[in-house]
Amino acid sequence: MSMQALFGQLLVGLINGSFYAMLSLGLAIIFGLLGITNIAQGAFYMLGGFTTWMLFRWAGIGYFWALLLVPVIVGLVGAAIEKTLLRRVYNLDHMYGLLLTFGIMMFIQGMFVYFFATAGRPYAVPPELGGAYNLGFMFLPKYRGWVVLASVVFCFATWFAIEKTSLGRTLRAATENPTLTRAFGVNVPGLMTVGFGIGVALAGAAGVLAAPIYPVSPLMGADLIIVVFAVVVVGGMGSILGSIVTSMMLGLLEGLTKVVYPQGSNMVIFVIMFVVLLIRPAGLFGRER
Amino acid sequence: MSQETLQATSPVTAPGLKSAGRDLTLVWYGLGIAALLAAPFFFYPIFLVKVLCFALFACAFNLLLGSCGLLSFGHAAFFGAAGYVAGHAAKEWGLPFEAALVCGTAAAAAVGLLFGYVSVRRQGLQFAMITLALAQLVYFLALQLPFTHAEDGLSAIPRGKVLGTFDLDNIFVLYYATAVVFLIGFVAMHRMTNSTFGQLLKAIRDNEPRAISLGYEVHRYKLMAFVLSATMAGLAGSTKAIAFKIVALTDVHWSTSGSVILMTLLGGLGTLFGPVVGAAVVVSMEDYLADSGLPINAVIGAIFILCILLFRRGIVGEIQHRFGKR
Repeated sequence: MSMQALFGQLLVGLINGSFYAMLSLGLAIIFGLLGITNIAQGAFYMLGGFTTWMLFRWAGIGYFWALLLVPVIVGLVGAAIEKTLLRRVYNLDHMYGLLLTFGIMMFIQGMFVYFFATAGRPYAVPPELGGAYNLGFMFLPKYRGWVVLASVVFCFATWFAIEKTSLGRTLRAATENPTLTRAFGVNVPGLMTVGFGIGVALAGAAGVLAAPIYPVSPLMGADLIIVVFAVVVVGGMGSILGSIVTSMMLGLLEGLTKVVYPQGSNMVIFVIMFVVLLIRPAGLFGRER
Repeated sequence: MSQETLQATSPVTAPGLKSAGRDLTLVWYGLGIAALLAAPFFFYPIFLVKVLCFALFACAFNLLLGSCGLLSFGHAAFFGAAGYVAGHAAKEWGLPFEAALVCGTAAAAAVGLLFGYVSVRRQGLQFAMITLALAQLVYFLALQLPFTHAEDGLSAIPRGKVLGTFDLDNIFVLYYATAVVFLIGFVAMHRMTNSTFGQLLKAIRDNEPRAISLGYEVHRYKLMAFVLSATMAGLAGSTKAIAFKIVALTDVHWSTSGSVILMTLLGGLGTLFGPVVGAAVVVSMEDYLADSGLPINAVIGAIFILCILLFRRGIVGEIQHRFGKR
């Protein structure tokens, strides 16, 4: 096998890992704050990709503006959904939250399939990021490098916002003890809306980054979310840095499998999950409660 | 599942009501069997076969959720895997109807044991995520293993004859054979729910630490329930494969897992007849929507949302609640 192919696949793995990281980070924030496992995260990723495509097609708004606007749009859609639907299931069993987001996912994806059919739509790589660098051992397409870089920045910014800013401190307080936080005069329901918005905005941003690489289609997030679930189980709930590291690692492993044993590439993450559950049921970075 | 909904919808097994409940259950059984016998004279038998297969599938799902409180998001794996094995056994090995069902069901039990072993140690949402991911593994296997024929699936599976004499290509024979399979599965599950084992599962569901402190090996009982549920889902999948002569990737797809959840939810979680009613409603709805040109998945999603926000008890649960039956 050529080195070119190996590094090429590892790069694809790193990119997929970046998407896993952004989606699982959003999941973790939402789960921490709302106690809901948002299975619709994949649908919001698709929404991000599609909004990027629509902005360009119908309004002539290019990639970089989309990168700024789309997360805000997707976040607002998410906030609206939280305010109207999710809010009603907080005092019920966690199971209903999962089922509700499953319904939301089916609805969003079903509507997009109805109006846009399942065929993928191409989105051009922005000219500023076209071309490739020659690294000696391989050609690195500029855009692919950019995706990895941008997602690291997004993840780091989110981590920074949660761990180091006052909004983040309030968010963490609300996660830890909502009743007490409320007693201090903090608007916890409002925070939950914001938290859900941020969580899905991350998925939306991942959708923008994905648009020039993967064809934009209504079902682009349908299978992705299941892989992300497996990644979250492998990493274990509760550690932000842990979930990012796990995402990248599993993405790379997936890329490596594509070179060594292509038939197994879409299964490898699930097999790893199986093994991790056997050995460490709480996940690599999780704590046993 | 929240405590109060369970109390409201739990089957008729409260200690004091035991004998009265049993009489009432017998009445329901009589009515049910009469309905099963008469149904093909009022509805198209093939449609009913589909309803019965999915009703059994939904009952199997409900068994795990109702008695253990475990929400599986991957039951299509057992349904579909059993279908593939049963179909392969009937088509390539030339096994008769009954033997093919046994092969399929056994395969589902084996997959259930494997998946249950790693998943029952986790609870709640993690359990749902794990089962969903494991089911996706089965989906990819079905896409790549040689005997499942990838996108083409298995088709033209011979139905064969029941007991070597009654030809299943006669749709009435097919219907009654399916009805017998359904009844066997249904009664087995109902008896299990009301057995000591079933009571123990409820105790674990309601207060796991307490069951542990009483010396029960909780994970083992949960695993048994999981395998039983997978086995019954497999029986449903095998029957469906033979009755419709086809197994395709949709049978192992997560949307089928979602569909069976919707059936149970719509009919009434944790109720005895809820999954059957839910299956009938969802199957008829899918048949109707298929020709209507409406976006079927979006409609199903919308029903999911409405059901959870406004109608959590489901059809049967709501009826039981209205009439004050506990």
